[in-house]
Amino acid sequence: MLKEMIGRKSEKTKNVIERGAVKKFAEAIGDASPLFTDEEAGKQSVYGRNIAPPTFPVTFDSGSIPGLNLPPKGLIHGEQNYVYTRPLFVGEEVHCWVEVKEYYERTGSFGKMGFLILTRYGEDGEQQLLFTEERIVIINEAARKEMEK
Amino acid sequence: MSGIAQLEVGEALPAIGLEPVSRLDLIKYAGASGDFNPIHTIDEEAERAGLPGIIAHGMWTMGNLAKLFTPYLGEGFIETYSIRFKGMVFLGDVVSLKARLKEKDSEKQIFDVEAVNQDGKKVLSGSLAFAVLKNQPPAAERSPSHGL
Repeated sequence: MLKEMIGRKSEKTKNVIERGAVKKFAEAIGDASPLFTDEEAGKQSVYGRNIAPPTFPVTFDSGSIPGLNLPPKGLIHGEQNYVYTRPLFVGEEVHCWVEVKEYYERTGSFGKMGFLILTRYGEDGEQQLLFTEERIVIINEAARKEMEK
Repeated sequence: MSGIAQLEVGEALPAIGLEPVSRLDLIKYAGASGDFNPIHTIDEEAERAGLPGIIAHGMWTMGNLAKLFTPYLGEGFIETYSIRFKGMVFLGDVVSLKARLKEKDSEKQIFDVEAVNQDGKKVLSGSLAFAVLKNQPPAAERSPSHGL
């Protein structure tokens, strides 16, 4: 049951923000600004280095939550919310983990849907929080029933 | 580039119109993001999931929307970015990206943001807080190697 997963977390996992990965990501969202991709432009910017686009954390490995097995089908991405203390820097280490923040069910015109809130955290090497990324996943009735089997 | 700080409440940033969504756009995003859910790239899988065809990753559209602010990242950074996904984006859809200033003070500006398809339907919408960098010297006085 997903309700029992609330509060469960993954292990902290180390990521390095690679220059090539940022360039590919920026190109894939049509946002290949020199601030993200060009070393010299980064040096001359107010940040003194290149930064990553705000949705780049989708690429991070944050480990897996023990016991949380989501179905491959029947999931809808409902919301995505970022909070940053500063931009992410190209080349830096980010330590990520994810937590089941909340789970609840609502009955609507499409039956009983599950709402799962997953929060990803990212810290720098000094354990200072850089960002949180909250993802709300809606689980349709068929998939929810499948999980309860 | 400068200018976001001069924006008045109710004014919009220059909108961006995307090219029609192509399969290659979504294949590239799948590779760059690591989201290989096949409903975004393979017709049969999308149909098996009950969709009329492949749909864009919601995060592809959300990622695109943030580029409205990229020209201003010398003045500040994106502090919060919250999106609710409202509709699907299909191949060939023409998506427009928009941001309008909702409120501001000396430290941050709050924008209403949205992506709209060719029929005027919102495919996603939300809010973005742009934090103004403090103690930033005017660009002309900054030495090329100056950091934060």
